[in-house]
Amino acid sequence: MPTAVEATPAAAAPVHPHDGILVGPPPIVDITALRKSYGTNEVLKGIDMKVARGEVICIIGKSGSGKSTLLRCVNGLEEFQEGALSVNGKKLLHDNPAAMRELRQQVGMIFQSFNLFPHLSVGRNIMLAPTLVKARSAQEAEAQARKLLQRVGLAEKFDAMPDQLSGGQQQRVAIARALAMEPQVLLCDEITSALDPELVGEVLRVVESLAQEGMTLMMVTHEMAFARKVSDRVIFMHQGRVHEQGTPAQLFGSPQTPELQQFLSSLHD
Amino acid sequence: MVEFSIWDILRNLLMAARWTVTLSLIAFIGGGLVGLMLLVARLSKVRGVERAVGAYVQVFQGTPLLMQLFLAYFGIALFGIKTSPWTAAAVALTLYTSAYLTEIWRGCVASIPKGQWEAAQSLALNFAEQLRHVVLPQALRIAVPPTVGFLVQVIKGTALASVIGFVELTKAGSMISNATFQPFLVYACVALLYFALCFPVSLVAQSLERKLHANRR
Amino acid sequence: MLIQLDFSAVLASWPLLVRGVVWTIGLTIVGTVLGLLLGTACAWARARNLGHRPAPLRWAVASYVELVRNTPFIVQLFFLFFGLPALGLKLSPEFASALAMVINLGAYSAEIIRAGIEATPRGQIEAAHSLALTPGQTFRRVVLPPALQKVWPAMVSQIIIVMLGSAVCGQISTPELSYAANLISSNTFRAFEAFILATAVYLLLSMATRRLLMWMGARFLVGR
Repeated sequence: MPTAVEATPAAAAPVHPHDGILVGPPPIVDITALRKSYGTNEVLKGIDMKVARGEVICIIGKSGSGKSTLLRCVNGLEEFQEGALSVNGKKLLHDNPAAMRELRQQVGMIFQSFNLFPHLSVGRNIMLAPTLVKARSAQEAEAQARKLLQRVGLAEKFDAMPDQLSGGQQQRVAIARALAMEPQVLLCDEITSALDPELVGEVLRVVESLAQEGMTLMMVTHEMAFARKVSDRVIFMHQGRVHEQGTPAQLFGSPQTPELQQFLSSLHD
Repeated sequence: MVEFSIWDILRNLLMAARWTVTLSLIAFIGGGLVGLMLLVARLSKVRGVERAVGAYVQVFQGTPLLMQLFLAYFGIALFGIKTSPWTAAAVALTLYTSAYLTEIWRGCVASIPKGQWEAAQSLALNFAEQLRHVVLPQALRIAVPPTVGFLVQVIKGTALASVIGFVELTKAGSMISNATFQPFLVYACVALLYFALCFPVSLVAQSLERKLHANRR
Repeated sequence: MLIQLDFSAVLASWPLLVRGVVWTIGLTIVGTVLGLLLGTACAWARARNLGHRPAPLRWAVASYVELVRNTPFIVQLFFLFFGLPALGLKLSPEFASALAMVINLGAYSAEIIRAGIEATPRGQIEAAHSLALTPGQTFRRVVLPPALQKVWPAMVSQIIIVMLGSAVCGQISTPELSYAANLISSNTFRAFEAFILATAVYLLLSMATRRLLMWMGARFLVGR
């Protein structure tokens, strides 16, 4: 069985469809027996999850199932009490600012409410972190920012202010901003939930292209059609646990547990 | 008996008003610097600092400025340091201002949505960078109107320094009123001079407030 | 380094302190009740959403409010106590203090209450008129209670400020707490101890008053 706390090659192991244990190179995100509570309320009740490099994972479930909390644990926005979490072989250490800084350069996050910096132009939003954290020069950062804006289809908005953009445009800028740090993993926390329906498509198209280029994605989403189309694995969370997981065909096509069946049918109401 | 014209009165009051302005500026700038240090300390999340600063603010906001002035005047003397009313007033008003300003500014920082902090953290910015590049620039904009508004309180606060003997506008008014036996006229002039100092500042603060809300829709 | 602090003489003068506290509280109560009435009347005169008021009235109230808010309380007090006698109007120290506090709180509460009134959703006023309530009834029953509820925390803060500001009244020999402290200080030659004790009492007073007033707001303003 792979242990995957340090960067050691995984031993060969059988593939169990519901364990998600993979053969081959070490997982890029490795979560072991993770538990998290808010006071007396335990919201994550022992999560085991391994994400391979280049894998696209969609996490679905009812609100309160712990999906966003789990995502936020991966980049350290939430602290967990028990268990272990490693990214790229390195353990997540909350109390070590240097380690956290390193981790957050490997893991990027896109938020439901975009969280663009309102006092900076679009271009400066994207340039800020590379200049401060990676000590890029202003010219390099600007060139990179322009390229990324081009990539998300907003090349002409370099000097615009965030409040001049639509929700979909802001979210695409947020994606560009996260990509500027050249992360290995992107965490997407319900990134289209706050968007008007007609703006959802433009954002999902960008994410799909990222997936096709081989970016590792962990997405909490309600967009089931998107999950079906783009993800390698879908994980259904229920009451703080991984309840069921499998390929989109398996999960949406033949849900095994009553909770998942109920969840999927409630979506069609 | 010497006849005093209104111009004599005003001239003397204006001379004293210089000290009002000087004391106000010293307290405001000094208090602003101390308040800023207290703010950063509060934000640093070092254990116990928030409670300590909170208690500091509670004391200055929960006791009369007059008492603070007396305590500064008699308290500093206890340490064997010779206190003039000027020093005591400057110290007391600076600390008073720092308590109010740090509280105002803390409120402004607290009003910055948590998502801004989280986005900055997610981009691997350390605490100092988060403050300097993301949070403080936004908080500063919100903080300007109430900070300017507090300057009015500081100017009015300098009037109490007269009680410990500092000769500023109010003290001068008392002295001149005793000398001229025209208290009505003299105090009316004193009031109008304070008004002339404070009202423009109030107007500026109000217009800044309006502009801020217009921008934020 | 610190000279010996001796509280015994100061504590022995506790009757003076008690009298001071009683006067401070008394002045605050008078100032608050009458000041709120005055402030409500002024807020009604200046509120932009209650109907047309004659311009001179609005101007008079605005001038009063701005004059009081942009001059120090001590100057207002001295003007009333030292200045008015020159016109033949002699006031006792206690009356002048109370009057100054009423005038002071009146101006500040006028602005605070006005903000609350102007935040009344227009639909409320329209509904009241549709139900044939008179403007007076509309104001007293529909507009004012939610307005007061909304601004109550700000109002409480202002009342505390006025209560603490009353310390200045000791300068014209009103027997309130700061006057007691001064008296004790000159009797016992223990100035620092006297003022520290008085300051501690003020702190307790302001904390207790805030709790009391917030409780009163919750009890009387909500859900009538």
